[in-house]
Amino acid sequence: MSTSKVATMHDAVADLVRNGDTVAIEGFTHLISFAAGHEIIRQRKRDLTLARLTPDLIYDQMIAGGVARKLIFSWLGNPGVGGLGSIRRRIETGEPAPLEVEEYSHFGMVGRYTAGAANLPFFPIRSYFESDLPVANPRIREIESPYGDGKIFAVPPLKPDVTIVHAQRADAAGNTQVWGLLGCQKEAAFAAERVIVVVEELVDEAVIRADPNRTIIPGLIVDAVVVEPFGAHPSYVQGAYDRDNRFYLDWDAITRDEAATQQWLRDWVYDLDGRAAYIDRLGAARIASLKPGSAPSGVVDYGDYR
Amino acid sequence: MSAGAREPGPSAASATAFSKSEMMIVAAARELAGQRVCFVGVGLPNIAVNLAQRTVAPGLELVYEAGVFGARPARLPLSIGDPTIVTGATAVVSMYELFSFYLQGGLVDVGFLGAAQIDRRGNINTTVIGPYDHPTTRLPGSGGACEIAINARQVFVIMRQSARSFVEKIDFRTSPGNLGGAEQAERIRREGGWLGRGPSVVVTDLGIWHFGDDGEMRLDWLHPGATLKDVRSTIGWEPRIAADLATTPAPTATELRLIREELDPGGVYTK
Repeated sequence: MSTSKVATMHDAVADLVRNGDTVAIEGFTHLISFAAGHEIIRQRKRDLTLARLTPDLIYDQMIAGGVARKLIFSWLGNPGVGGLGSIRRRIETGEPAPLEVEEYSHFGMVGRYTAGAANLPFFPIRSYFESDLPVANPRIREIESPYGDGKIFAVPPLKPDVTIVHAQRADAAGNTQVWGLLGCQKEAAFAAERVIVVVEELVDEAVIRADPNRTIIPGLIVDAVVVEPFGAHPSYVQGAYDRDNRFYLDWDAITRDEAATQQWLRDWVYDLDGRAAYIDRLGAARIASLKPGSAPSGVVDYGDYR
Repeated sequence: MSAGAREPGPSAASATAFSKSEMMIVAAARELAGQRVCFVGVGLPNIAVNLAQRTVAPGLELVYEAGVFGARPARLPLSIGDPTIVTGATAVVSMYELFSFYLQGGLVDVGFLGAAQIDRRGNINTTVIGPYDHPTTRLPGSGGACEIAINARQVFVIMRQSARSFVEKIDFRTSPGNLGGAEQAERIRREGGWLGRGPSVVVTDLGIWHFGDDGEMRLDWLHPGATLKDVRSTIGWEPRIAADLATTPAPTATELRLIREELDPGGVYTK
């Protein structure tokens, strides 16, 4: 029987995220751990390399908070809305400090985590032909197939020091279950040295064992389990709450202006002591407005084989 | 009609006025008639494919890079990672499976992309305006576009036409189209083992372009209300115009109702 890995967000970030680390907060539009990102800002971590397919609002906020020196990514934007001003300013003007970037395509990033998780020296990929991306990023290499059937591209493994994922549920040992978009959380977690799982709900081990096909991350590779309901807001959790699109639209105006961005960080991150205070400030009505209708899955029978 | 051009679909006259964006979305949706599997890009493709699924292509299998095959969105997805693409879908898979087995494995008939810049041969830039190291405008980047351009059997593009977007020379080639011309593109695609044949149509707010035998786009359809003067003033090269240029049939009342009442009541894509 495993011992409990349940920790507060403060302690998990303080213990497991270190200055200079490569950090991946993964989750493709779905299940983005804003709660962990805000705690990293609040603890004023520095010189991080942030990896994520879609930096999204969370990395825009973290980069505005000064935690990062480098960004590894494949699509930089506010999905369905527009741009990410804080990141763009760092890239376009170098203000207030230059931001190093290392850029791939989505499949290239997924391949990098996959190689990292599988302990491979590279991931072969049929992308990047006749694209300027390998020119911009020399870590994308053209290689000859060892079987004599032409050229292919290779991307290097990505092994984050810390991967942080948000999920619907986990048990105290860190066995984690997700439904809805799976993104590349599994690959990013297996590739990482340390893993923090943030969940809507802590469940008994029996709940996990009753539906093992839904487990994407075993507790074996998890270092901390943080219970933080609504911790993915303003992104969403399938079945629990919808994306708060009003926030994504509001951010478009905030991020265009450095002073407004810093004011937002004061109001919603630095001046709050954690996620509970954030939810209080958001208000019950706003939270209730994001609750979806119900669409339960059917029940499958795994069978009893004694 | 020029070789290779398809009928853009319903021709029933509209009783209502419509915007340029509505015409563009309707024309793009109609291009999907007869297609089976469509990989949905960010932005305008999202509304065009959702309209197609409700009109000319009810059996269209929508593939979203977030990891969904066979999406049946009940509302217009706010982004390509919206929860509505999951509920009721045929399959939800990891991004690894989506890109490896569905796209690179050759199951996608049409990759539907948007673009910031395009050249006459359908090469696409979504990365930077200006030099890469010191861009004047940092754009989103590839996302899945550079692999869609290579692995989808054909590529459709939807984008508004302007002198800044239809350019003689793109600032960065994110996703390859017909490269320097059809002959070169065919050789490179064959020798490289690409499954994709490259771009076949570009739908804009002014008309519909198809690609000729030499790999250059040619205006086959001009949208109602648009003029050749509009076309020439929003393009960075001397455009090729079909000898039998036709007028795109206006949006039908049904198409407009679906866009306005069901898909985009807030006018996000159509204003």
